[in-house]
Amino acid sequence: MNNFSYIQADKAKEATAAKRDDKSAAFIAGGTTLLDLMKLNVENHGQLIDVNMLPFRGIEMTKDGLRIGALERMSEVGAHPLVKENFPAVSESLLLAASAQLRNMASIGGNVLQRTRCGYFRDTAFPCNKREPGTGCPALEGDNRNLAILGTSETCIATSYPGDLAVALIALDAVLTLENAKGKQRQVPITKFYLLPGTTPQRETVLEADELIVAVTIPQTAAARKSKYLKVRDRSSYAYALVSAAVGLEVQGGTVRAARVALGAVGAQPWRCFEVEKALVGQPATEATFRAAAELALRGAKPREHNAYKIEMAKNTLVRALSEVASV
Amino acid sequence: METNQKENAPTNVVGKPLDRVDGPAKVTGAARYSAEISVPGTVHGVLKTSTIAKGRITGIDTSRAAKEPGILNIFTHENLPKPAKTPKQIEKWRAAQSYLPMQDNQIQYAGQPVALVVATTLEAATQAAALIRVTYQAETPIDSYHDPKAELFDPQKIQQGKKDGHVVRGNPQQAYNGAAVKHEATYVHAINHHSPMEPAATLAVWEGADKLTVYEASQNVTMHQGNLAELLGMPREQIRVVTKYIGGGFGCKGSFWPHTILTVLAARAVNRPVKLALTRQQMFTGVGHREDQEQTLKMGATAEGKLVSIVHTKKATTSPWDNYTESNGKVMDMLYACENYSTVYELARANVMTSVWMRAPGEAPGSFALESSMDDLANQLNLDPLEIRLRNYADYDHSNGKPWSSKSLKQCYTRGAELFGWSKRNPKPGQTRRGKLLVGHGMASATYPVHSSQGTARVRLFADGHAVVEAGATDLGTGTYTVMTQVSADALGLPPEKIRFELGDTRLPTAPGSGGSVAAGTVASSIMAAAEDVWDKVVKMAVADKKSPLYKAKPTDVKVELGRMFLSKDPKKGETLLAALGRSGQPDIEGSGTGKYGAGYEEKNFGQNGANQNDDKQKPGGHSMHSFGAHFCEVEVDPDLGTIRVTRWVGVHGAGTVLNLKTATSQMTGGAIYGIGAALMEDTFRDPNFARYTNADLAGYHVPVNADIPNIQVEFVPETDPYINYLGVKGIGELGMVGVAAAVANAVFNATGRRLRSLPMTPDKVLEALRLPA
Ligand SMILES: Cc1cc2nc3c(=O)[nH]c(=O)nc-3n(C[C@H](O)[C@H](O)[C@H](O)COP(=O)(O)OP(=O)(O)OC[C@H]3O[C@@H](n4cnc5c(N)ncnc54)[C@H](O)[C@@H]3O)c2cc1C
Ligand code: SF4
Repeated sequence: MNNFSYIQADKAKEATAAKRDDKSAAFIAGGTTLLDLMKLNVENHGQLIDVNMLPFRGIEMTKDGLRIGALERMSEVGAHPLVKENFPAVSESLLLAASAQLRNMASIGGNVLQRTRCGYFRDTAFPCNKREPGTGCPALEGDNRNLAILGTSETCIATSYPGDLAVALIALDAVLTLENAKGKQRQVPITKFYLLPGTTPQRETVLEADELIVAVTIPQTAAARKSKYLKVRDRSSYAYALVSAAVGLEVQGGTVRAARVALGAVGAQPWRCFEVEKALVGQPATEATFRAAAELALRGAKPREHNAYKIEMAKNTLVRALSEVASV
Repeated sequence: METNQKENAPTNVVGKPLDRVDGPAKVTGAARYSAEISVPGTVHGVLKTSTIAKGRITGIDTSRAAKEPGILNIFTHENLPKPAKTPKQIEKWRAAQSYLPMQDNQIQYAGQPVALVVATTLEAATQAAALIRVTYQAETPIDSYHDPKAELFDPQKIQQGKKDGHVVRGNPQQAYNGAAVKHEATYVHAINHHSPMEPAATLAVWEGADKLTVYEASQNVTMHQGNLAELLGMPREQIRVVTKYIGGGFGCKGSFWPHTILTVLAARAVNRPVKLALTRQQMFTGVGHREDQEQTLKMGATAEGKLVSIVHTKKATTSPWDNYTESNGKVMDMLYACENYSTVYELARANVMTSVWMRAPGEAPGSFALESSMDDLANQLNLDPLEIRLRNYADYDHSNGKPWSSKSLKQCYTRGAELFGWSKRNPKPGQTRRGKLLVGHGMASATYPVHSSQGTARVRLFADGHAVVEAGATDLGTGTYTVMTQVSADALGLPPEKIRFELGDTRLPTAPGSGGSVAAGTVASSIMAAAEDVWDKVVKMAVADKKSPLYKAKPTDVKVELGRMFLSKDPKKGETLLAALGRSGQPDIEGSGTGKYGAGYEEKNFGQNGANQNDDKQKPGGHSMHSFGAHFCEVEVDPDLGTIRVTRWVGVHGAGTVLNLKTATSQMTGGAIYGIGAALMEDTFRDPNFARYTNADLAGYHVPVNADIPNIQVEFVPETDPYINYLGVKGIGELGMVGVAAAVANAVFNATGRRLRSLPMTPDKVLEALRLPA
């Protein structure tokens, strides 16, 4: 870890201006991603701008849906009654993530911006296009067991966001509120927030250098109320997903009226399955329907030596999750 | 007087589930682990390690690093003082790896130390290490025995010539060819890392040029002292190694690794105490690992399921210099009655550091192969897995023809089956469901040898009723402090809180380290020998003391039990050691002794003085000595998601005298957990192109979490073994892990009808197996 200076921002403007003026600066919330990567010398920041004093707090129902302040902690949000009741998939995605200690530190804004767990990215001894553009991608012929099969490029096959929360947020059409150094706010649907690697895997989101995440808002829907997050992993807790699914269904009289489907840990970014949703609507809520829909979700998957298993696992995970929310 | 004494007399505490005597020190933080110790003037060392796995260093630029505040020195191969001898020049090198880095510009494995920064703070040293720029001329490395560039060779001898690389008994190939029932399979074991909670750490403190104290995270202080003495060209006596507490080792702290010697050399050069702890990432390339390996096992049996042949070969990766590989064959050689047996090792040199013993080295992967194949054979023959094991029960050790000193495996099978409810198991695979999950039950045997060992101890009994007992052993965190306190308490007739047991220091009487499961049996025997010395001395005082009830008795007529001396023929006549010592006016009395574990003990006590010369069992080395056990488990397999959950575990073991039921149960429970880790999740990935690990931290290298572990029920069957040591103690550190992976795999087979032969059995492998026809 390199030496750095540290400031604590009391106002959003202070933080965003400081970030605008110093290219080497980074915001720090819980620090569970940031300090980890700094200790590995994967990220080297000259200045840390502590945003924890900013008023980006609160979990409240608004006309647009549930608004969660970006600095709320994973553990608090996961356990909040409004979240559990209206967005079970969000609650589950939070409580199945990381460890209790990490969840107590980690913020919602930081979570959405966590970085890949690709082993080559995290070890500066290796080349890596995401960390050092143009150096190559050893994962193509190496340890790709936990990397992506959808939305990848020859430049990078990482699951750029390896976590859980954003998968649920993407499924449920959450919207991020961002604010820049001019004090201007904009709303970005999280489905448009993440970028695919293409030839620039170092660019991961549409967030501008001087922008802060202020809050995330999740619209209230029937499908969100009947949602679920299912996570498959190598051990029973404290592990990243091999595959995960966030689904929500609105079923009336045995027929699917609305569906929300996203996959985690299979896409270069959290993977919303619009086609699957379309295929589900109007169909009987049966396992056969879900099975057929799951086939669609993985169309075009491009597996590598060690991650072909994800195709079948993802399909089965989807079917299981959909069956469980539909209680079939 | 007599009644009074009885009331005060302590009850026997050996075997009782006494709480850990070091518990309070540990939970309050008073216990200092090696990296937590500081002496005045301590400065910090940080290693910089190689990014490439093969090649040479072409340049090291330390100019930016040197500008950091507080840098005392930056050592590289160019300026590190040379040790007096290299490991290669040492005849009795007692460590797995013979290669010492930073002696020249060569790079032989990724993660090899290339520089050592010494600075006044850890932060400055860490930052400076990051700022050093090393340039390399890289060559293409060999990553493992899988590598097409790798050449397999027959090492003849393994483990630095200490063990045979070939073992043949009878005519195994011929017997296999002629067998009524045949089974052949290949088993793969991933690279595993010990991953103890406490990192490896060294604090080197020089007093002048010829006196050195090293606070080391060591499972064996004597071994560290001996190697250091040779390397530095110093007399052993000038070197003190201290290890008071260890936060887990599992074998990786029982060998001698580069960081220790580099720290010691640097400390002498900067003339300050230097402390160095490996980072978690460095733990993956600093202290060895369990090697990647593949075993092919051919087993032939009669139509009744009696084994006629076992043909075993093992392929594994080893380092460029050493022929270390676990001897998996040991367990195949003796677990069952089989006349024809062979094992052959084939190794391939790759650019990796030398692997090293890891809990149940050889027995753990070996038993995975053997006990999985036994399960298959049982299935092939339509026999219950327990029944096939009983049909092949070895009434003597077929590897050497000797009778067992004791063996309770049958009792373990019976009791385990009863506790588990084995008879209710559905023998047909794939039949039992719990909702969407497939349920299966499996079992496997466990065994671990008694390795001969010996050690010394000192006992000082004080007239005021307390005692100090000392042996230079170590406590991995498993309970040495506690059980030796119990042994000492009974030997002297004192309550445990009146005993202070000291270990972990080369100034104390020499004792074995914690490895090979020898510590408890050896140190307990040493303490008993030292206590006997005290008894003899006090008995002599008593018989010469008019005030003693034993006045004028013949010392040979006096017995001592629980601290009380009495006439063998008239037990009422006697007094306590303390009473006699108190009258003598002497403040204390000291005794010392040597205790033996295994063959040496047997030789001393059963092979002399013509006692029962006709009895084969009474001849020196007459017995084969092993502990045995049986595991039973239940798993739930999710056939859609591929996940395996262990939902029930029963382990029943015969391991001689149990010194402390609580710590012993914890050890066996820990063994099962360690085995479940290897079975289901532990896997270090070495990149085939870079020969470098890609998941070298505890987020990437999965060890079990609480949620992975079911309620584990452990029992010991009563077992008396007069031949192995004074108290009849058998080691239990490794036994509990042997057979665990096979028990899980056998349960998975019972659940799914699919046999998984590659560890760990992760969800991807389960799904793949389920895709294939049963
Ligand atoms: C061992 C381990 C296991 C884990 N397992 C999981 C898991 O299973 N599932 C899972 O989902 N996650 C997991 N995580 C990731 C964890 O959830 C994230 O590290 C955490 O959510 C990040 O939040 P933070 O507040 O600590 O972010 P920080 O580390 O403080 O920041 C992360 C990034 O976000 C930026 N940032 C933070 N807040 C804002 C803001 N308001 N506006 C703009 N930028 C901001 C920072 O500059 C930084 O770049 C794990 C992490 C670890 C270390
Ligand atoms: S997959 Fe992406 S993150 Fe991983 S090595 Fe390749 S470029 Fe780097």
